Amino acid sequence: MKEKPAIQEFIKGLWDENPVLVQLLGLCPTLAVTVSAENGLAMGVAATFVLVCSSFLVSLLRNVIPNQVRIASYIVIIATFVTIADRFLAAYTPEISKSLGPFIPLIIVNCMILGRQEAFASKNKLGRSLLDALGMGAGFTLALLVLSSVREVLGSGTWFGMDIMWASFSTWKVMSLPPGAFLTLGCMIAAANWINRRRQT
Amino acid sequence: MSNSAKIIIVLTVITLFSGGVLALLDNFTAPKIKAHQEEVKNRALRAALPDNDRVQEVTKGDYRFYAAYRGDEMVALAFEASGGGYQSELRLMVGVTPDFSTITGAVILEQVETPGLGTKIQEDPANKENPGWFMGQFTGLRTEPEISYVKNEEPGNDHEVRAITGATISSKAVVNILNEHIKKAEAAWNE
Repeated sequence: MKEKPAIQEFIKGLWDENPVLVQLLGLCPTLAVTVSAENGLAMGVAATFVLVCSSFLVSLLRNVIPNQVRIASYIVIIATFVTIADRFLAAYTPEISKSLGPFIPLIIVNCMILGRQEAFASKNKLGRSLLDALGMGAGFTLALLVLSSVREVLGSGTWFGMDIMWASFSTWKVMSLPPGAFLTLGCMIAAANWINRRRQT
Repeated sequence: MSNSAKIIIVLTVITLFSGGVLALLDNFTAPKIKAHQEEVKNRALRAALPDNDRVQEVTKGDYRFYAAYRGDEMVALAFEASGGGYQSELRLMVGVTPDFSTITGAVILEQVETPGLGTKIQEDPANKENPGWFMGQFTGLRTEPEISYVKNEEPGNDHEVRAITGATISSKAVVNILNEHIKKAEAAWNE
């Protein structure tokens, strides 16, 4: 098999293999925290940090870790970086830490992250694994940013806390509630599928 | 080297490394997190207690009281009260006069209620001049016979507050938590 150019490993995460829109991985935080754009961005950045650092270590240790305990090792590595992200947010951005609540520790069980270790970082060289992790993280962050922006603008009439809608705009309460997450995500996935279908034909 | 030995060594090294990194990190972040929690508590105490010279901490029963003094006279007592809200645990800091008959102030320490509805107990974006109007109502409120709430009208009695339209359950939860804990705290204090 001919090797793909390395940059492809980064680009595929943005659209063709987008973790949220195409692979439908990591949907629990995607649905739960995207009430405001700030939360969506923070979750995206935190997950990307964990993903990149874990992929780095897993790829580095891929020939050392025995096959039987690989999942256990990945989980310990992921959990370590998640705890770092969690403590860091709590110390420096307490407000964000409070509004994301338990969903930062829950990054540990985000299947996007464990999935990338098992499917990619454990089988590929360091450089490619890092590019793959960065691409997947960026794709995850972008999807969360779009989803949370739609929900915040329609549900609260603000974007990153700034009033941007006209004065008589009546907020769509449902967008701030859990159903709003499902509705918006459903529309986004439908749109992504529609665009991909059009590109193929 | 046998495979089992390798498994043991690799897992041990990884977990040791992980523990070490986290212990190091804790040295940096723990003081910052603690300082932040202190600040949140102090801000809540300033809002719940009237002007005072000093605040003294006393633990009695299940409660930790913050007694505010002006000179030698105790002017108010504050304590934490918590209970179930609509979908989350609500934590409040409430201040009362030393006889527990009047609230000197109450603020929300923690809530994760429904965004845009229950969260109005803390901050109501529709009321631009006074987003904290709901909790503000408790300042000066009488606790006897008991705190109660009215819907869609101005409260007529000095022990009544107005519930938030669309967030009656959260409003009711705050009232219930205060009623319950003020009674319990009074019993604990007088013991």
